[in-house]
Amino acid sequence: MMVTVALFGVLTLVALAPIAIAILAVPLSGKPNATGFVYGACLIVTLILFLLALHVLLEHPAASTITLPLGLPWLGAHFRIDPLSAFFLVVVNLGSAAASLYALGYGRHEEAPQRVLPFFPVYLAAMNLVVLADDAFSFLLSWELMSLSSWALVIADHRRAENMRAGYVYLLMASFGTLTLLLSFGLMAGGDGAYAFDAIRASHPALGTAALVVILALIGAGSKAGLVPLHAWLPLAHPAAPSHVSALMSGVMTKVAVYGFIRIAFDLLGPPQWWWSLVVLALGGVTAVMGVLYALMQRDLKRVLAYSTIENIGLIFASLGLALAFKAYGMHVAAALALTAALLHVFNHSLFKSLLFFGAGSVLTSTGTRDMEKLGGLIHRMPQTAFVFLIGCTAIAALPPLNGFVSEWLSFQAILLSPQLPSWGLKLMVPAVGALLALSAALAAACFVRAFGIVFLGRPRSSKAGAALETDTNSLAAMYALAATCLIVGILPGIFIDALAPVTQMLTGARMPVQTGAEWMSIVPIAESRSSYNGLLVFVFMVITGMATAFAIHRFASDKIRRGPAWGCGYPDASPLTQYSASSFAQPIRRVFGSLVFRAREIGTMPPPGSRAPATLTVQLRDLIWDFAYAPVANAVASIAERLNYLQFLTIRSYLTLVFAALVILLTVLATWP
Amino acid sequence: MQGIGFDIAHMLAGSLVLMSFIQLYQQRLSALLNVFALHALVLALSVAWQAYVQNAPHLYITALIALVFKAIVIPLALRRIVIRLGIHREIENVFGVGLAMLLGIGLVALSMVVMLRVTSGADPLAREDLAFALSVVLLGLLMMVTRRNAVSQVVGFMSLENGLVLAATGAKGMPLVVEISVAFSVLIAFIVIGIFLFRIRERFDTVDMRAMDRFREEQR
Repeated sequence: MMVTVALFGVLTLVALAPIAIAILAVPLSGKPNATGFVYGACLIVTLILFLLALHVLLEHPAASTITLPLGLPWLGAHFRIDPLSAFFLVVVNLGSAAASLYALGYGRHEEAPQRVLPFFPVYLAAMNLVVLADDAFSFLLSWELMSLSSWALVIADHRRAENMRAGYVYLLMASFGTLTLLLSFGLMAGGDGAYAFDAIRASHPALGTAALVVILALIGAGSKAGLVPLHAWLPLAHPAAPSHVSALMSGVMTKVAVYGFIRIAFDLLGPPQWWWSLVVLALGGVTAVMGVLYALMQRDLKRVLAYSTIENIGLIFASLGLALAFKAYGMHVAAALALTAALLHVFNHSLFKSLLFFGAGSVLTSTGTRDMEKLGGLIHRMPQTAFVFLIGCTAIAALPPLNGFVSEWLSFQAILLSPQLPSWGLKLMVPAVGALLALSAALAAACFVRAFGIVFLGRPRSSKAGAALETDTNSLAAMYALAATCLIVGILPGIFIDALAPVTQMLTGARMPVQTGAEWMSIVPIAESRSSYNGLLVFVFMVITGMATAFAIHRFASDKIRRGPAWGCGYPDASPLTQYSASSFAQPIRRVFGSLVFRAREIGTMPPPGSRAPATLTVQLRDLIWDFAYAPVANAVASIAERLNYLQFLTIRSYLTLVFAALVILLTVLATWP
Repeated sequence: MQGIGFDIAHMLAGSLVLMSFIQLYQQRLSALLNVFALHALVLALSVAWQAYVQNAPHLYITALIALVFKAIVIPLALRRIVIRLGIHREIENVFGVGLAMLLGIGLVALSMVVMLRVTSGADPLAREDLAFALSVVLLGLLMMVTRRNAVSQVVGFMSLENGLVLAATGAKGMPLVVEISVAFSVLIAFIVIGIFLFRIRERFDTVDMRAMDRFREEQR
């Protein structure tokens, strides 16, 4: 029943694409208003789907399935809503609804709406379908649809060469990821092709096969989610798309990839092996640190956000690895805690990353640039955007009382349970990963202090930044809604943790203790004696002390203020370029970590005395992962292709000879085969 | 009956391979066309004999098609083309006849080994037939590869198709509809190729493939 309604919603979204094309093609009353229609309809449909999924998650934990006579004739198309897919439907549709609302305003600035509007609803529908699919064929088909429609959105602004390159890299990596997922499903389905998820669940693959499946799924889903070293496409593609699509790709599509991994590793494969978690944990920890280090080195605002997505994906995968480890050793409550941490972070990240990308999009439309070195002082020109962006930054930097802190705190609570694990490998590994996560959390705070401070504080670094205007109401409404949700999750996390209980019950066989009954709305992951956290109290304390401080200052100090010119350090009339810049803010971290991780080199030239030439400081960074993992492959393919190129220009007789020789060789093999 | 039936089928199929060798040996186009007609005639005889042995009357129609189209119509038409193009005395080989014959012997040996291995357990008549048919196919391909002239490549292609028909009739598998459609497709291919030959001739003043290769070189 529920799944039928959900499929109707998806069908409506798919139907919007041709309608969008039709409206674009036939301008009604002179000026086409396809933008408003498409995004409005997307908003309504995704809101309905969101409410439906929420209803299923909270009220109907039992799975509901449907089989349609589509796709492979002997298989049909299976769809299903269970708590896991309901939770991810909530994430997908909340993000989609926010993006649609934002795009009602943002979409008006689009230069070529015909390159965005038809693909946008299809993209939303595809993400929903991936989560709904209940057989390998439908899953992979929806997965590819999701990749292709998002690719079309990435190259929407096709005149810029870097976007086309981003699209090309994205397409390659997406095909590669789908290939590994295909292999993994093929291994699970076995020789007789049981592609329905029910059949896969019922069959228990051999240990070696299951291990191979997990590795392949980790590569396939991880390449879509942005796990290092498979992340190379993500910081190129996510910023290239229009901002509301960037928000969806970073905030939602990476989560769909996480869903794919959870579905395979926790649900389809049955009981895990303990050493799987080693791989997932290690990749998660490395991804978190690398992602945030990359983010700190960037000067493109949207690219900073994209790299920060990689960091958060690392955190999520580390928690998932922990959950796998606990589950493998039968520690179900601990597994439920780690899984709850991962899922709550999935939800939280979809909120604040969408919010931040919306903010970046607003900055982009009102200043025309994403380069942080050309921004600054926007808090005066765009106060509301600055306010919500600040909330997003606080949340993603995991500061209480916002939601990012809750999920990261839960992750660390799960890490603190690791000494109970019997395996020495994990006992040593988990604290190391915990240290990596702590490092990445600290660096993320620095990263977002930098992002907010350079973009919104100080003085404008370019005339365009000085002339920026506040963004429109629809965009602001979307951002305020997300910011409010961030705050609510932060101060009342118990409700959300309890809502995740059906999912953990389904995947780990246990749930976290009921939180809503705890005193003072605290959350108590394990026991009162160990640890508890109360976001509401922290929030109330901060509000009261803040107000008291403000009152005290105004009461006792305001009339003591004298206004005078600021001391100019001896340089009157300083240029805005003498402010702290994005690169100078990152310099200490670049010197500590970058010289190792990025081979960062600073080359300073000082003109001789008397010369009027300016001194220069050039920073060289190398992306070692690209240089050592991607470039060799690309070069090898290019050189092989170059060598084989002459095959394009043979004579007809040579081609015939080639065919003939191939035939004779094959026959000879057949004749001499033992 | 089984003994003599097998022997005669064996002989006819063997003669088809022999005809393929004779084709390989011919250097002039008019002689080549004569041998091709003979090739098709032997095929028709072989198919007719199979029809008689297998007691399958529809194979007589196949034999008739082979006789009318491949042994009479196509060779005559090709001869007209060759004479109108004025290339009936042309000598054209990529490499020496001796080497081509040696390669052909190797191919026949290969197809024997392959077929006798693969079809072990099948009816001996079908096995021999299939082995010979594969030899004819391979020799036809060899002919296409070793000749420069477009017409002789067409002949190679047609004799390759003869090998396919031989395989099909020996294996008792191919329904009549398929045979008829294959025969017609060959006829249509012949018509198309004939038209192309004249067009090529108009453009390049020759049907030697080297001229076309040179043209492609310039295009590069």
